[in-house]
Amino acid sequence: MNRLKAGEVNLGTSIMAVQFDKGVVIGADSRTTTGSYIANRVTDKLTHIHDRIYCCRSGSAADTQAVADNVHYYLQIYTQLNGTPPPVEVAAGMFQKICYENKDALSAGIIVAGWDKEVGPSVYNIPLGGGLFRQPWAIGGSGSTYVYGYCDATYQDGWGRDETVDFVRNTLALAMSRDGSSGGVIRMCVITEDGVERMFVPGNELPKFWEGREVLSGPAKKLVTEGVMPMSVE
Amino acid sequence: MPSASPFNGPGFDFTNQVRNAFILEKGIPLPKATSTGTTIVGCLFNGGVILGADTRATEGPIVADKNCEKIHYITESIRCCGAGTAADTEFTTASISSNMELHALSTGRQPRVVTAMTMLKQYLFRYQGHVGAALVLGGVDSTGSHLFTVAPHGSTDKLPYVTMGSGSLAAMAVFESYWKADMEREEAIALVTAAISAGIFNDLGSGSNVDVCVITAAHTEMLRNYSKPNERVEKERAYRFRPGTTAWKSEEIRKLVVSEQVTPIGGDAMDTD
Repeated sequence: MNRLKAGEVNLGTSIMAVQFDKGVVIGADSRTTTGSYIANRVTDKLTHIHDRIYCCRSGSAADTQAVADNVHYYLQIYTQLNGTPPPVEVAAGMFQKICYENKDALSAGIIVAGWDKEVGPSVYNIPLGGGLFRQPWAIGGSGSTYVYGYCDATYQDGWGRDETVDFVRNTLALAMSRDGSSGGVIRMCVITEDGVERMFVPGNELPKFWEGREVLSGPAKKLVTEGVMPMSVE
Repeated sequence: MPSASPFNGPGFDFTNQVRNAFILEKGIPLPKATSTGTTIVGCLFNGGVILGADTRATEGPIVADKNCEKIHYITESIRCCGAGTAADTEFTTASISSNMELHALSTGRQPRVVTAMTMLKQYLFRYQGHVGAALVLGGVDSTGSHLFTVAPHGSTDKLPYVTMGSGSLAAMAVFESYWKADMEREEAIALVTAAISAGIFNDLGSGSNVDVCVITAAHTEMLRNYSKPNERVEKERAYRFRPGTTAWKSEEIRKLVVSEQVTPIGGDAMDTD
């Protein structure tokens, strides 16, 4: 189950969403792969669902685009019928319903995040089987496995906007440096009541962490250079 | 003409899926589908969009057509390059072209590139990759010029320069080296031609000539065989033997065209005006 179909375009991904007092910060890398080929190095995995609701997509590109397009369509109808923008919970519920009912056919791991007037900022995680979990922060995609420890050790309640943005940027940079299927640039969105602000970190300006040290390049012990004799050849 | 069975609907038949998987496991390979080893590209420039394609169609190791057309008509200002299963690209683009025309007629507006893109991705997603069409879609509409790729499973990408098909790596290497933002028309045509040529010369699945299509808001120009880097030249020597090379013992000349007398019976000659 949930095996990727042969030749399918894959979002081997690092995605994340974190809520703070006034809103949410969502972020993703930009790599799309077909096997070992990078089909798109500047992908936008932060997908607009409604005015204040976005989702981060991981898994099959085709499946997650189809699901996101579907939810986008139904939320437009929802808005026309009710005259109010939908709560994030409703959007997440639609994603969950589709992902659960079609779990045998889909490989989609989605994080839904946004702001609504009912509960303020919220983050929902919908992993592969089609579960639905509200979390203060969520990470997803193949790169996320490398940074669970970092997130657990670093995250704290009560952060402001700037601290949250830094947390997302650093986490994604760490995930992208360890996961071969993630990389490129970091795209981020800050969603608040006032609007959606997009942010962009180019691939050559990613935050740097420990990148290793040459252990074998220097001589292990001092070379004996005195009294070197040419080798005798018969 | 045999009529379609009332018990089998149109479309795909998956009856033998399990059986075929079992046979495959036992080591008997399945027959290969005809696919077009291809190089197709697209590139935005400051006045519109340019599409490019090679002209080789293959059936396994055999070149089936040395000068085929891979840039398909969607609307007057939207065109689509196809790679993958030849029949699928042909029928998918024809079907979407038809629906785009109906859409234009029912809305009274020129449909947009995103409309074609959405139709294509929903169609391909419905068939879960069994319709093997990998497409480069480009065009100009009321909102500007747009360029997309559509993969066989129905995922899409929007980029300023794209490549698809077996020669996509060679073509992408050219784009990644020489592409600039806001190129002029001639510069962009030269780049697209260079990208396709890279596919023609470095990818076994691609070959023959370069087709280019320049789409601007004013008009669309299909430059068929814009570049022909593989023209066959006159043979320097012929292997024809002089008459009389072979000796013969007897000669007999027969008339092979049988003449037939036709007698018209009744009826007037057909009016032609």
